Amino acid sequence: MSGTTAPVGFDSRDVFGGESGIGRGRLPDWVPYALAGASLAITFLILTLLDQVSAVRLVIGTALISGISIYAVSRAVESPRQAKDRLVTVSIASAFVFAVLPLASLLWTVVDRGMARFDTTFFTESARNVVGEGGGAAHAIWGTLVITGLAAAISVPIGIMAAIYLVEYGKGKRLARYLTFFVDVMTGIPSIVAGLFAYAVFALIFGPGIRLGVMGSVALTVLMIPIVIRSAEEMLKIVPDHLREASYALGTPKWRTIVKVVLPTALAGMITGVMLAVARIIGETAPLLVTAGVIDSTNMNPFSGRMETLPVYAYFEYKTPGIPQDASYDRAWAAALTLIVIVLLLNLIARLFYRRFGTEIR
Amino acid sequence: MNSRKFFAIGASTALLAFGVAACGSDDSDSTSGGSDLSGDIAGAGSSAQDAAQQAWIAGFQTDNSGVNIAYDPVGSGGGREAFIAGGKTDYAGTDSPFADEELTGAEDRCKKSGGEFVQIPVYISPIAVVYNLPEVENLQLSPDTLAGIFAQDITKWNDEKIAADNPDADLPDTDITPVNRSDDSGTTANFTDYLSATAPDVWTYPPDDAWPVKGGEAAEGTSGVVEAVGAGEGTIGYADESQAGDLGIASIKIGDEYVAPSAEGSTAAADEAKENKDGEYVYSFDIDRTTTNPDAYPLILISSAAACTAYDDSATADIVKGYLTYVISADGQQAAADNAGSAPISSDLQKQLQPAIDAIGS
Amino acid sequence: MEAATGPSVWGLRGGERRLGDRLFSGAAIASGIAILTVLAGVAIFLLIQAVPALSASTDELAEGKGLVEYIAPLAFGTVLAATLAVIIAVPLAVAVALFISHIAPRALAQPLGYIVDLLAAIPSIVYGLWGIFVLGPAAVGVMKWLEDNLGFLPFFQGPASVTGRTMFVVGIVLAVMILPIISAVAREVFSQAPRRQQEGALALGATRWEMIKMTVLPFGRSAVISGSMLGLGRALGETMAVVIILSGSGGITFNLIGSGNPPTIASNIASKFPESSGIEVNELILSGLVLFAITLLVNMGARSIISRSERHAAEGKKRA
Repeated sequence: MSGTTAPVGFDSRDVFGGESGIGRGRLPDWVPYALAGASLAITFLILTLLDQVSAVRLVIGTALISGISIYAVSRAVESPRQAKDRLVTVSIASAFVFAVLPLASLLWTVVDRGMARFDTTFFTESARNVVGEGGGAAHAIWGTLVITGLAAAISVPIGIMAAIYLVEYGKGKRLARYLTFFVDVMTGIPSIVAGLFAYAVFALIFGPGIRLGVMGSVALTVLMIPIVIRSAEEMLKIVPDHLREASYALGTPKWRTIVKVVLPTALAGMITGVMLAVARIIGETAPLLVTAGVIDSTNMNPFSGRMETLPVYAYFEYKTPGIPQDASYDRAWAAALTLIVIVLLLNLIARLFYRRFGTEIR
Repeated sequence: MNSRKFFAIGASTALLAFGVAACGSDDSDSTSGGSDLSGDIAGAGSSAQDAAQQAWIAGFQTDNSGVNIAYDPVGSGGGREAFIAGGKTDYAGTDSPFADEELTGAEDRCKKSGGEFVQIPVYISPIAVVYNLPEVENLQLSPDTLAGIFAQDITKWNDEKIAADNPDADLPDTDITPVNRSDDSGTTANFTDYLSATAPDVWTYPPDDAWPVKGGEAAEGTSGVVEAVGAGEGTIGYADESQAGDLGIASIKIGDEYVAPSAEGSTAAADEAKENKDGEYVYSFDIDRTTTNPDAYPLILISSAAACTAYDDSATADIVKGYLTYVISADGQQAAADNAGSAPISSDLQKQLQPAIDAIGS
Repeated sequence: MEAATGPSVWGLRGGERRLGDRLFSGAAIASGIAILTVLAGVAIFLLIQAVPALSASTDELAEGKGLVEYIAPLAFGTVLAATLAVIIAVPLAVAVALFISHIAPRALAQPLGYIVDLLAAIPSIVYGLWGIFVLGPAAVGVMKWLEDNLGFLPFFQGPASVTGRTMFVVGIVLAVMILPIISAVAREVFSQAPRRQQEGALALGATRWEMIKMTVLPFGRSAVISGSMLGLGRALGETMAVVIILSGSGGITFNLIGSGNPPTIASNIASKFPESSGIEVNELILSGLVLFAITLLVNMGARSIISRSERHAAEGKKRA
């Protein structure tokens, strides 16, 4: 999921443009935009008169009216083919806006409801001895960071080494075939099963009822490894062979070539992949309940005692609220907002890494 | 990219992962607090008890700052299983009493530490029949009508059976949408038990944790039911009374009167319940659902705590004893009533149960 | 690349070189084996836990039903929800991918791609809360309209739910969740469509849409299919969002807008597991195995399509 590389060589990328094609006449560039703007205004006016304004209706109405009007104008001035091209362009642009609407709605909902408790207390205090209003999620924020960080610390080296094996050493070998197959199997593990597995392993060693932060990390590792392997594999695959060959030609051993040439070339992409994998597992609830447990105090030692994470915190604030309920719901939404902010920050860091260190190879 | 940069990134990533893990500590202030109890205990079980447990834990930890108590709301079944397995699960919360093999298992678990099994009621919650019908303020339902609605025999709000219970109400011609719990729960078990006891001709299903009728509206957890009933007109569901919020609460027919749920009525119904003893300290109660005493509200959930009279570690026994004493004390029951909306157990019942708790650790 | 400065820099003798290689490849193989071991562990754990359910009598099982009778509606619900999500998501995802790769102004393309990728990173519990508080209530009117106007179709036969906890809403939420996965795959491939063909089409007088239809879409077709399979896999396993939203109280039905929907395997495990004990737990884990098998089939399908398209691409390169 690296950045988009735009094709170079033709410039017909302005939204309603289309310099290509042979027509009778040609619409000035501003006409489609003007028609789209007018359609928006007309839709808004109609919906206001009907008292039925909503974002979805606005998008659909604007898409319909601008599609028809642009098609008609283009057909009159240009050619039917050109008109069809413009119609498709409007459709695709509308579909894009339509697809982004849920994101906007979702972000708006979380920010709107989450802001009520998005205060200093929320980040500095735990839920220890908190009943009713007040309290914070410091314990859950730390728990999330520690458990997820540890899961990443386990699965990133293993996942990347396994990907190196697949791409650099294992081509055509039976182990590699098994590995590819089972990594696919692994992506299908229901998350609760990963949690139960981790619990079963630790219960064998430490006795039943054991709850440790690190158990949560192990459960998350089972879920995270396949994502890391898949993304790292893709990134290693696109390292051009001529780089490896140049290195071998200079007499460099294979492992040095991998460490010094292949990995640095693929590094930025792999970091992006890891960050996205972290973002994917950071929101897990079910496997953590049976492994890391639930606790209202801050604990930063994953090898002793329980730890709570933000999704678990949010889920139970929503599921078993106290009285008044709103205090619990507000905390749940604030926790959801915090989780999104963490995921956003991780994504941003990943993108910056990519931009800063990404090697241009395509 | 040069190698130094590569290592710098690697090192900082590792630092990020481990730096977070390294600064572990606990924020519980271990000074003051007015008691010499200290240590950790953990319980697991009923999620219906979760809000009450939060209140009890907060109250008990405030008085005994050296104590950490954790409660995993994994569900009653999970709690019973974890308690029997022993190990780190010191007490359990359960909506239905230990029975048959589970009882034997629990006795065996306690015997291992040289103790006996203790099971006492700690949490009484009135279950309210909630509905969403803005035109009707005080809905009244006889058991037969209630059962007919939830068995999906009565499908319209202006059905003559409902009209017979509500002679003065202006009932709309709306479809009835009965809402039930999608997860297995003690609330469902008690509600279906009530229906099968009071309306055996209409409600032909046996009492069960899982909702037996297909095709109704199913929602996750009490909060899900409340949210579903609030979301659509013509809905009716059952939920802990404390979580009903702005929803309409139906009065059910007891004897010749229509009675709304109340804390006093629930406490009275619990006092009327027939006591069973499966061991010296093992209490369970049969609620008289068909009571004709209008001062008692028999649609209640009685949830219990399970523990042992002896633990491998005497500090654990002391904390469990202190905690359960607080839980059934007037203070503890009031804390639960404030945060979870439960009905306090009567002082008579408390006196009756106290010897079982006193047996712990002695 | 600093590394390429010549053999003298390394100053390694043959033995050392072989040792380094052995260590490094050993570490790589060890990681692979470690992963296989973990997987074997998970598989053994699952099988051990699932086997008792196979030999249990019908009365012991949940709801007093046979295994097939119990799991079939769950499997049906899982497949139905995921299929619905894919049907909604694929056309939108292709449009989004095309918009970013070929239509949006270049300065906008990358930030837009970033915004869409964001959707993939939002935790599923947040989707669940959004679905139940925002989308569900908003969909009630739409579902009523569908029942009144398209009620002759089995999908919309109603009666429409008044709360919005339906398969229809779940399908939309899952579609929003998998859209970024499909569009990311499609976008990467669309932007790598052979440039010479595209320029050639334009030079011959094709409009942009004709060019896309003739060159980009055929090139990206298998990528869209395999991306859809990946999305399908994600939708099959989704748990929390479905648990929170779906009213899963029914059996096998194609009615998407009613209250009685078939639950999905993952959501059923999550909501039944806490209160289950004994043989019911084994049965739930067995249903997890079935989900495992369904996901595996989807993944294998995706793999085979991807490898076929890679072969095609390789052949295409040879011919060019």
